[in-house]
Amino acid sequence: MIKKIVNIFKKVNEDQNPWKDEKSDKVYAVAALFNTPDEIIHAAEKVSNSGYNDFDVNTPYPVHGMDDAMKLKPTRLGWFSFALGLTGTLTALGMIFYMNGIDYNNIIGGKPFFNFPSSVPVTFALTILFTGLTTVGVLIALFSKLPWLNNPLLDSEYSKATSQDKFGIYIKSTDSKFNQSEIETMFSSLGSSAVSLIYDSKVNEKKIKTPIFETGFIKILIGVGVGTAVITYFTLNWVIFQMPFDWMVIQPKVLPQEKSKIFADGFGMREPVPGTVARGFMPYEYKGMPDSLVKLLANPLPVNEKTLLTGQKRYDTYCSPCHGNYGKGDSRLRGQFPNPPTLMSEKVLNWTDGNIYHIITNGQNVMASYAKQISRDDRWAIVHYIRALQRSQNAKDSDLN
Amino acid sequence: MELQNKKEISGKVSKIGFILLIIGAVLVGASFMANKERAFFDYLIMYMFIISIALGSLGLVALEYLVGANWSTPFRRISEFLSSIIPLLILLVIPIILGMHDLYHWTHKEAVETDAILKGKEPYLNTQFFYIRLGIYFVVWFLFFIGFIKNSTNQDKDGNVIYTKRNTTLSTIFAPVFMITLTFCAIDLMMSLEPHWYSTIYGVYYFAGTIVAGFASLTLISVLLKQNGYLDPRIGNDHFYSMGTMMFGFNIFWAYIAFSQLVLQWYADIPEETFWYMMRWEGSWKYVSIGLLFFHFVLPFLILLPRSVKTNLNRLKVMSIWLLVAHYLDLYWLIMPTYTHKAGLHGPVFGWNELGFPLVIIGLFMIIFRRRSMKNNLMPVKDPKLEAGLNFHL
Ligand code: HEC
Repeated sequence: MIKKIVNIFKKVNEDQNPWKDEKSDKVYAVAALFNTPDEIIHAAEKVSNSGYNDFDVNTPYPVHGMDDAMKLKPTRLGWFSFALGLTGTLTALGMIFYMNGIDYNNIIGGKPFFNFPSSVPVTFALTILFTGLTTVGVLIALFSKLPWLNNPLLDSEYSKATSQDKFGIYIKSTDSKFNQSEIETMFSSLGSSAVSLIYDSKVNEKKIKTPIFETGFIKILIGVGVGTAVITYFTLNWVIFQMPFDWMVIQPKVLPQEKSKIFADGFGMREPVPGTVARGFMPYEYKGMPDSLVKLLANPLPVNEKTLLTGQKRYDTYCSPCHGNYGKGDSRLRGQFPNPPTLMSEKVLNWTDGNIYHIITNGQNVMASYAKQISRDDRWAIVHYIRALQRSQNAKDSDLN
Repeated sequence: MELQNKKEISGKVSKIGFILLIIGAVLVGASFMANKERAFFDYLIMYMFIISIALGSLGLVALEYLVGANWSTPFRRISEFLSSIIPLLILLVIPIILGMHDLYHWTHKEAVETDAILKGKEPYLNTQFFYIRLGIYFVVWFLFFIGFIKNSTNQDKDGNVIYTKRNTTLSTIFAPVFMITLTFCAIDLMMSLEPHWYSTIYGVYYFAGTIVAGFASLTLISVLLKQNGYLDPRIGNDHFYSMGTMMFGFNIFWAYIAFSQLVLQWYADIPEETFWYMMRWEGSWKYVSIGLLFFHFVLPFLILLPRSVKTNLNRLKVMSIWLLVAHYLDLYWLIMPTYTHKAGLHGPVFGWNELGFPLVIIGLFMIIFRRRSMKNNLMPVKDPKLEAGLNFHL
């Protein structure tokens, strides 16, 4: 299997590499190999001191002191990272602020909708992500000069050696002081084990194709995708429920709807203590009462833009899935559930605000009570909004004034 | 090559140290006269700070052996000198023993009797066992301290590699011992100020501060020595850069741990945990808490981020002093609210009563440093890693 994959890659490589064996006779650089890190430091010092500046060093691992030896200027990469890291921070904070604080308020553990502590982990992660990706991206773009996929150094004995156990240095022919024989003698006098010439590549235009569309590559891509999906599926649905991964899953706590031995009646879920009211919830005294009594309840909220917008928001969230966006009872649920009635009927048009409020709070037949999900004020705001919907769909000429 | 101290550290250091110590001691005495209870809490802050530097420095010595670091070898003596206060710890603890009743609520017998939680913790939190534990910490720290220092100074005579090997073995044992003793020390001396409260990350929190203090004091002294020409000329930017990086890194670690503690308790929102934070949020304590966040983490983070700061000796000096002050503030924030809460004050107290204690610390360390530097070389001159350490380059 693995051999097969490797072969596919090899084949892709060989067929596709437009630069293979196509070296021109223009010298790209003079390169030299050394055996020890000390030698390469010495060589780099010598080269930079002799006034060359278009040269580079390749080593199998980072060599301490190389920056000084090559007289490298401090890199600006850090500023890119910092700027984009900061972007990550602000993106995360902005995103959380908008999503949790404004767009989709959700009460989680009784915490404020937007709060700083719980935003920190995500902000932290996004900062790191942005910094990491951009640093690599900038590194590739600035220093490896992508999308140019080839470098004359590739496919040379020199590169093979420096990616194993040799330390290499090369001076490019574009250097203003470039003089082939002079450099060669300098390298040999420094004790290089092999001095070689690197030639520019001659690109065979016809052969340039994007290897990504090779069938072999696509097969591997699909294979990896499917494999990852299968593994993920089994990890999330099976593995984590096996010993010992389930040790955190099974906890001695009572979950909703579960039995509990702690209480005499055996119920895990408890009624509130008699005479108490949960925060933010006003008890509704008209529970189960006939319409005639409920009728008289008046809407305590003023009609203004703010209440109507809240009403719209809550209506769209909680009611529209059944009653439709305009209250016509034509939602996508039609036919899959006892048909939700239209709110534009004579009956509802003639109802008082109290009647509608009563139904949201109390429920009616198959429609459940929404008192637990929607606060009292928001329920009244919905009533205003329904009124607005009704008026907009039965608009009279006089409404235009 | 013969490497000896070029100059000997001037006698002025111990003279100034002595003066500071005297002034500090007088102020501390006055503070005890004026308000005994408050002074005990201030004393505890001072004591924890001394432990931070002593143990943090010993930890750095051990760390160097443990990971085989070269770059820090030229500075190891500085940490060794700083940790030389360890034998004194047992003397310095006496005022705390005397102030147990004022400091620790769980020493009140009658309160424990009526308090189910304290009753449950009694097998651990009782005075006898407390003394035994303190004794164990001191003995353990002292033995390791003697071991490390003996091996290190003996090596100055003949340069035998065996001493490095011995210290490496020692540091392997010391690493877990260090973490465990430091954790329990923090729990006993500081966390038990609020015996109803607990946080399982408390030990790591104190450890993080300790290492920051260890690196900050090391950096500060190295920079001072370098600027006055005591250090080998080969010690340069790359060394100081590494020191700054370590300080920077461990400071982030501190913030990470501090946040981890906060976010869990904030999320769970259980009264028996959150009251500890509420105490640090009531009245003007709030500003101290927010100040700690900025002073200990946000500002140092931003300032120490660029490379240029870590290679500039003056800025590095400022930052190491800054972080030492930040650690002192951190300890103040950990310890003092218990006092102000008990005293019915709704905010931090700070006045002349507090001023003597830092002076004592500075004075003590100056005297000890100078004394040790007279007896020993400022660099481990025959350490086999020294040459590599001096020639260290990034
Ligand atoms: C799960 C779907 C569903 C949702 C969501 C829902 N309803 Fe209903 N609603 C119904 C059904 C079904 C009925 C008819 C109940 C019956 O059989 O009497 C109904 C009836 C009503 C009636 C009485 C209409 C009549 O003609 O008797 C009103 C008013 C009403 N809903 C308002 C609302 C409001 C306001 C909301 C949002 C808070 C809402 N409903 C959410 C399904 C839903």
